[in-house]
Amino acid sequence: MRPDEVSVVIKAKFPEVKEEAGTNNIIVSKESLLEVAQYLKNPPLALDNLHCITAIDRKEKMELVYILYSIREHYGVTLKVYLTSEDLNVASLSALWKSANWLEREVYDLFGIIFSGHPDLRRILNPYDWKGYPLRKDYSSPEFIAKPRL
Amino acid sequence: MAVIEKIPAAKLIRNVPGGGLFLTTSESLLKWGKASSLWPMTFGLACCAFEMIAAGASRFDIDRFGAGVFRASPRQCDVMIVAGTICVKMNDCIRRLYAQMPEPKYVIAMGNCAISGGIFYYDTYSVTKGTESLGIAVDVFIPGCPPRPENLLFGLMKLQEKIRNEKDAAR
Amino acid sequence: MDTTQTKDIYTEEFLINMGPQHPSTHGVLYLELKLDGEIIRECTPHIGYLHRSIEKISENRTYTQFIPFTDRLDYVASMNNNLGYVMAVEKLLNLEVPERTKYIRVIVAELNRIASHLIAVGTFAQDLGAFATPLFYCFREREKIVDIFDQICGNRLTYNYMRIGGVQFDLPKGIDEKIKEFISYMRPKVDDYDNLLTYNTIFLARSKHIGVLSKELAINYSVTGPNLRASGVKWDLRKDEPYLVYDKFEFDIPIGENGDAWDRYKVRIEEIRQSLRIVEQAIDALPEGDPTVKVGRIHKPSPSETYFRTENPRGELGFYIVSDGSVYPYRLKIRSPSFSNLAVLPELVKGLKVADIVCVLGSFDILMGEIDR
Repeated sequence: MRPDEVSVVIKAKFPEVKEEAGTNNIIVSKESLLEVAQYLKNPPLALDNLHCITAIDRKEKMELVYILYSIREHYGVTLKVYLTSEDLNVASLSALWKSANWLEREVYDLFGIIFSGHPDLRRILNPYDWKGYPLRKDYSSPEFIAKPRL
Repeated sequence: MAVIEKIPAAKLIRNVPGGGLFLTTSESLLKWGKASSLWPMTFGLACCAFEMIAAGASRFDIDRFGAGVFRASPRQCDVMIVAGTICVKMNDCIRRLYAQMPEPKYVIAMGNCAISGGIFYYDTYSVTKGTESLGIAVDVFIPGCPPRPENLLFGLMKLQEKIRNEKDAAR
Repeated sequence: MDTTQTKDIYTEEFLINMGPQHPSTHGVLYLELKLDGEIIRECTPHIGYLHRSIEKISENRTYTQFIPFTDRLDYVASMNNNLGYVMAVEKLLNLEVPERTKYIRVIVAELNRIASHLIAVGTFAQDLGAFATPLFYCFREREKIVDIFDQICGNRLTYNYMRIGGVQFDLPKGIDEKIKEFISYMRPKVDDYDNLLTYNTIFLARSKHIGVLSKELAINYSVTGPNLRASGVKWDLRKDEPYLVYDKFEFDIPIGENGDAWDRYKVRIEEIRQSLRIVEQAIDALPEGDPTVKVGRIHKPSPSETYFRTENPRGELGFYIVSDGSVYPYRLKIRSPSFSNLAVLPELVKGLKVADIVCVLGSFDILMGEIDR
């Protein structure tokens, strides 16, 4: 299935999703994320592989990126969810794809986004009593020595 | 000096003609024994671990220096080769392992990361900048990223030289 | 012992720490095991003991300055990591590379795949108790590959050979004879490993039907690489989404049947044979030209983002790069194969003995450098 065909199929079922300008990424609102994800996992779209979850700190808002692939149908889809800085809360997809378990823990550890419904949301890479969310742009700590920029 | 006290009847032997020579020779014998059978601990953390394993493999063969027996338990080791980057989560483990090693113990810091943080010195929040910053006294520093197995063997030879030239052989 | 007498014996669960410093955890992995006698009831992996904040570093380095850091992710297969990163940046910049570069990249990537699988096989056999002999054989073969890399780029482990738009140096004169010599040397050695290990009674007893990973579980957990292929899923990025010049070569994709530890080992041995085939074809078809970089070293891509994945020896390595128009990446996410491969471990070891967890962990072939980044 080609990327533009996918967004047509998804838009037919969920008219409120948008496409990001210039790319084939699909922007989903955080309330409908779980529903859209369930629809994507079932046939005919059959996106059975949640490949990667990551987040980007855009200062006023947080961008959550989900990269999904289908091994049977040989195509992929990228979902994006925008979260405001006051409300960093989104539904967890670990009931649908088990790979989301550790990937969401990593995003929580590094960015501080809370995934409601996650079975075991604690830090994974940093020590369990670490303070702060390191990959945010405003992170600072005494041991952090920044390299002088070019 | 202290090892001479450990040799039984040291004072008596010293009074006998030729006794001083016997004691000095036995001290060098003990130091030679210590230097030639340093058993390392398997403490490969990151990339340098593979150069350490390659040094133990058949091409570079660390066993001919007496250090071929890599023990996993710190209670049976003489030297801890810190090979790889030390992260903040690992600090307590290293201190505990070092404390569990029985005397005489030595530490070799292998690779740039174990010496000072290496390329992970800048812009990291979770890397300890070197073994010495943990409070562990290091005997030999082997720079390189990663150091070749020949460098590790040279560092080991330097440690053996250091042990043989120790003034106080009973560390 | 009369079993009627054991009914009243009080037993309880026992917690064991298979701690960060352990000879068979392949790096600094901490496994918390709850045991009932010798049987594992629950296993919780704790990672992060090698978290070197590489993604934070990337936000303060130019695209070329970041290449040495990709070496240290999966430090046994440095060429493949370099390749994945460099191709992701080239996709971001819409850069084309010369033909000779593509062939050289394929040759070094496949040689590194052989070296990585040799380490996987050697350490797996050592974990099962064949102490030192297979490991020393594998390292002897690996030394030959590492010698070739030493002549190409000067380093033994962290090569830093690929550049954006090309490679660092051209292949030295006479290296194709050395590579052909290595191929003819290596082929009988792989048959040696088959004779020594694959159908050995003890090896079979220790690894057959241990740690069985079903197809559905593997896909749901996003397991990739030889682990996925051993469970019966025929998926390899070199055939299904070909990059570089892989579509010009003839090679097979070995798959397993049951998804147990023995299948994972067997898939790796077969992949060594297929990689030798690829290298042979690539060396014969190597075009002339200049593979070094012609574009500058400082790149300023337009504000956009890209994701590119390659087939590493351990699975699919992906780089998600977001650029904001400056010389530094705004966000660089590394999707590492061993991270997702390790997540399935707690489900596989329930009901196994402690000695079997070592076997399952060894057959998964994880590397903490890329799990923790």
